[in-house]
Amino acid sequence: MTYFPEEVVEHIFDFLSSHRDRNIVSTVCKAWYRVERLSRRIVFVGNCYAVRPGRVMARFPGMKCLSVKGKPHFADFNLVPHDWGGFALPWIEAAARGCPGLEELRLKRMVVSDESLELLARSFPNFKALVLVSCEGFTTDGLAAIATHCRGLRELDLQENEVEDHGRQWLSCFPDSCTSLESLNFACLKGEVNAGALERLVARCVNLRSLKLNRAISVESLARMLARTPHLVELGTGSFTVEHRAEAYQRLIHAFRKCKSLKSLSGFWDVAPRCLQSIYSICPNLTVLNLSYAPAIQGADLVKLIRHCFKLQKLWVLDCIRDKGLAVVASTCQELQELRVFPSDIYGTGTAAVTEEGLVAISSGCSKLNSLLYFCHQMTNAALITVAKNCPHFTRFRLCILDPGKPDPDTNQPLDEGFGAIVRSCKDLRRLSLSGLLTDKVFLYIGEYAARLEMLSIAFAGDSDKGMVYVLNGCKNLRKLEIRDSPFGDAALLENVGKYETMRSLWMSSCDVTLGGCKALAAKMPRLNVEVINDRDESDEMEENPSDMHKVEKMYVYRTLAGARNDAPEFVEIL
Amino acid sequence: MEAEASYVKDTELRLGLPGTHAPVATRGSKRALPEDDEKSHGKSKARVVGWPPIQSYRKNSFRARKAEAEVAGSYVKVSMDGAPYLRKIDLRVYRGYKELREALEDMFGCFSLGEASGAEGCTGSEHAMAYEDKDGDLMLVGDVPWEMFISSCKRLRIMKGSEARGLG
Repeated sequence: MTYFPEEVVEHIFDFLSSHRDRNIVSTVCKAWYRVERLSRRIVFVGNCYAVRPGRVMARFPGMKCLSVKGKPHFADFNLVPHDWGGFALPWIEAAARGCPGLEELRLKRMVVSDESLELLARSFPNFKALVLVSCEGFTTDGLAAIATHCRGLRELDLQENEVEDHGRQWLSCFPDSCTSLESLNFACLKGEVNAGALERLVARCVNLRSLKLNRAISVESLARMLARTPHLVELGTGSFTVEHRAEAYQRLIHAFRKCKSLKSLSGFWDVAPRCLQSIYSICPNLTVLNLSYAPAIQGADLVKLIRHCFKLQKLWVLDCIRDKGLAVVASTCQELQELRVFPSDIYGTGTAAVTEEGLVAISSGCSKLNSLLYFCHQMTNAALITVAKNCPHFTRFRLCILDPGKPDPDTNQPLDEGFGAIVRSCKDLRRLSLSGLLTDKVFLYIGEYAARLEMLSIAFAGDSDKGMVYVLNGCKNLRKLEIRDSPFGDAALLENVGKYETMRSLWMSSCDVTLGGCKALAAKMPRLNVEVINDRDESDEMEENPSDMHKVEKMYVYRTLAGARNDAPEFVEIL
Repeated sequence: MEAEASYVKDTELRLGLPGTHAPVATRGSKRALPEDDEKSHGKSKARVVGWPPIQSYRKNSFRARKAEAEVAGSYVKVSMDGAPYLRKIDLRVYRGYKELREALEDMFGCFSLGEASGAEGCTGSEHAMAYEDKDGDLMLVGDVPWEMFISSCKRLRIMKGSEARGLG
């Protein structure tokens, strides 16, 4: 292959769509490395501290799309202190200097300031798409900058960010000449938005295919917008309440009937059950339905709605659907691939909403199911074994039994056998989250059978260091391991230190790892950053030199080419 | 929380005769780590930080909504004779009595909620829906227009038919 001209090699590399494949070919020889790096357009950085921004820009000068992830996953559950890090600014600055042709930026769990957004808006003349997921640190002023300066913006997608509201005028900053928007998602914004400006924007962006509104948008406004966007493919509704005004409701029904391309629905925050009837006409075409923010829709209405949705591939609901409702899903939605059932009653003071029965019903009806997130009050080994048999195609299996450490209620046994069945049966399993009462045995099974596992989340599980060791020694493809409240200590941490260089990261909190253990790890593996994150309340009381026997509350270990980061706050110690 | 717990206890419907203490699912008990669980790491926090693993974004959006609804006063408790737990519902989401009945049927299983004067029932037992109004009086559900009902209803009670006959 080295005798082919570079253009040919480059053309062949065009067929490699995955980052991993491109990373591999770049290590074959110098020539391939060169061709690959000059032709790479899409760059994915899974951990923003694994490499310096400047180095990425230097290696891939032709980069058009950049994706960066910041905080560890457990930050979603408030386990990472607020100002731990994950700043977007250095990345945007480096890109502004090194890759001014940047067109798309995707950031997840990062701190994005208004200053960064302003810099972004002014630095990239061809900028087309901004996607921010679970980020924080910016306000509507930053959005105003994007709207004002990004000519030709095609996509502005804000998913589940914490955005400070500085007023409604940001949306009016899109100039009248802006007609290029194809996707606009501001569902996570809490404040009011200039509805008139929005309606005009939507009307002139003829290529708009995805529109996700926030709660402040009324049904009347929605009806007007839908009338102008009959080709919409994805819709996130606004508040969806109608105050006995039949006219707005009729207009909405009429508008929905015209939207023949609509495949995905979400939103429905304050929906009154009556309004659901307006979407019955679209339901037969839906492939994606997200009702997980609509606790007001209870059993009977939910079931009536779902009976119309026989093409559904992805369904997110609350557990008020009940086991009975899941049985209806099982019989109606034969194409279902992804199901997420969230708890509506977080502190579990009410009756059990979904149990193992619902899951078993789903597994018998939906043979194509490959991705599951299921919050429930209880689970049995028998049920998991049945699910494993019915659905061998799981790639993502996340089960959360709300009561930590709860055993199988029928047999009082741990759920080792149930999860064991899952990993044995689902040979393509890439992501697994465990819960319930679990001993070291489940980790033995995971280490032995979960050959393709890439991400494992453990909470309140295991008996001894052996559990963690089984996983580290067994799962060849493990990339992310996150553990909380489990009895794994220094012996487990130090058993297979080389493993961590093959992984993106390891998180351990409320385990038995000591400061001495962390120091030992850091000393043995210079290319790992071993971060010890102290609880801020405790850091005032911390002695000057805590003993090595001191248990570490939170530890985050990741491989890196960048060395210790220089933006760590006081309470983070990098060994 | 304390006051509410004792109020609930006083009015709690239990299985068994008054004066006995039949086992009851305690409401409002915070989710604690099992005390005798050897895996417990000495944390006696009643609520575990970051558990259940739900994105704070999602948690916050629920908390805000629930707070709004409770301030607006439309959430009412629903108790049912013989059931060990109560429920809470937002009356504003229902369009009328029929929807309310259907929702409650759904919540409390296959108990039928027919008229007090005569009821179909799957087990042959009769139930009637009553509510406590602003003055604290126990009233039969269905007499007044729906809008008036929502604004005056403070609490719902599903009663055994035998007791309800006194209201009819």
